[in-house]
Amino acid sequence: MSTDYDTTTTLDVKGESCPMPVVKTRQATDDLEPGDVLEVLATDSGSLSDIEGWAGSTDDVELLDQIEDGDLYTHYIRKSE
Amino acid sequence: MSSDTAGGGTAADAPEPTALQDRIEDLEARLDSVEEDEQRKMTIIATKGSLDMAYPPLILASTAAAFGWDVVVFHTFWGLDVLHEEKAEKLKLSAVGNPSMGVPNAIAALPGMDALATRMMEKKIDDNGTASIEELIEVSLESGVDLQACQMTMELYDYEDEDMIDGVTTRVGAATALEHMADADIQLLV
Repeated sequence: MSTDYDTTTTLDVKGESCPMPVVKTRQATDDLEPGDVLEVLATDSGSLSDIEGWAGSTDDVELLDQIEDGDLYTHYIRKSE
Repeated sequence: MSSDTAGGGTAADAPEPTALQDRIEDLEARLDSVEEDEQRKMTIIATKGSLDMAYPPLILASTAAAFGWDVVVFHTFWGLDVLHEEKAEKLKLSAVGNPSMGVPNAIAALPGMDALATRMMEKKIDDNGTASIEELIEVSLESGVDLQACQMTMELYDYEDEDMIDGVTTRVGAATALEHMADADIQLLV
């Protein structure tokens, strides 16, 4: 699978379930510079809704895309400021 | 009552336009300060020390911290065991009085059944990739959640500060919890 995003860092939370995908995504974005893109690889089917909800109410991140491919959910998040 | 003290509603009693203007400016300034304080707050009172009931407060707390909220979890009574360095690793589950587990009470009450139910739950937790209580405490503290241990219950159980997990706030009571609750957008008792 190829994407248009220039990924800075990849976070692998495959096999982990709620609340870890969101909690670890937050921790990973804390380490990013503005403009950096984080790729999150998850197998938790709740992560689609959870990461969307989290990104929607968090000021310093922007959800670019969420891709569902079988059991794998890939999220792209840009650090905005 | 004499009528010469009346007179409400006359033009002379209406506020001056400049006074109204000052009042509007004052209210606008106060509204700005309220809107600036956008950080949401959540207070959870955690009273349970069984393995299943230890989860919801810590899952909500760590997630809320990821949202950037100011979170306090005030642990009291059995909830205190969740913050106890040794007891946190040995939280148990009981099938007694829990119809969801599908074990008749007469059997669930037999010696060793709590340990069995706990082992089965721990295996499920592990197989499912669900975080352990220790992991949830660790990420909660890392994310800035204030895990508080009720001082009164600490004394009731003879727990010392050093018995508690590092990073836990001790020497706090109901007033501390209430103060945070009064300001919180969400207050939960678990």
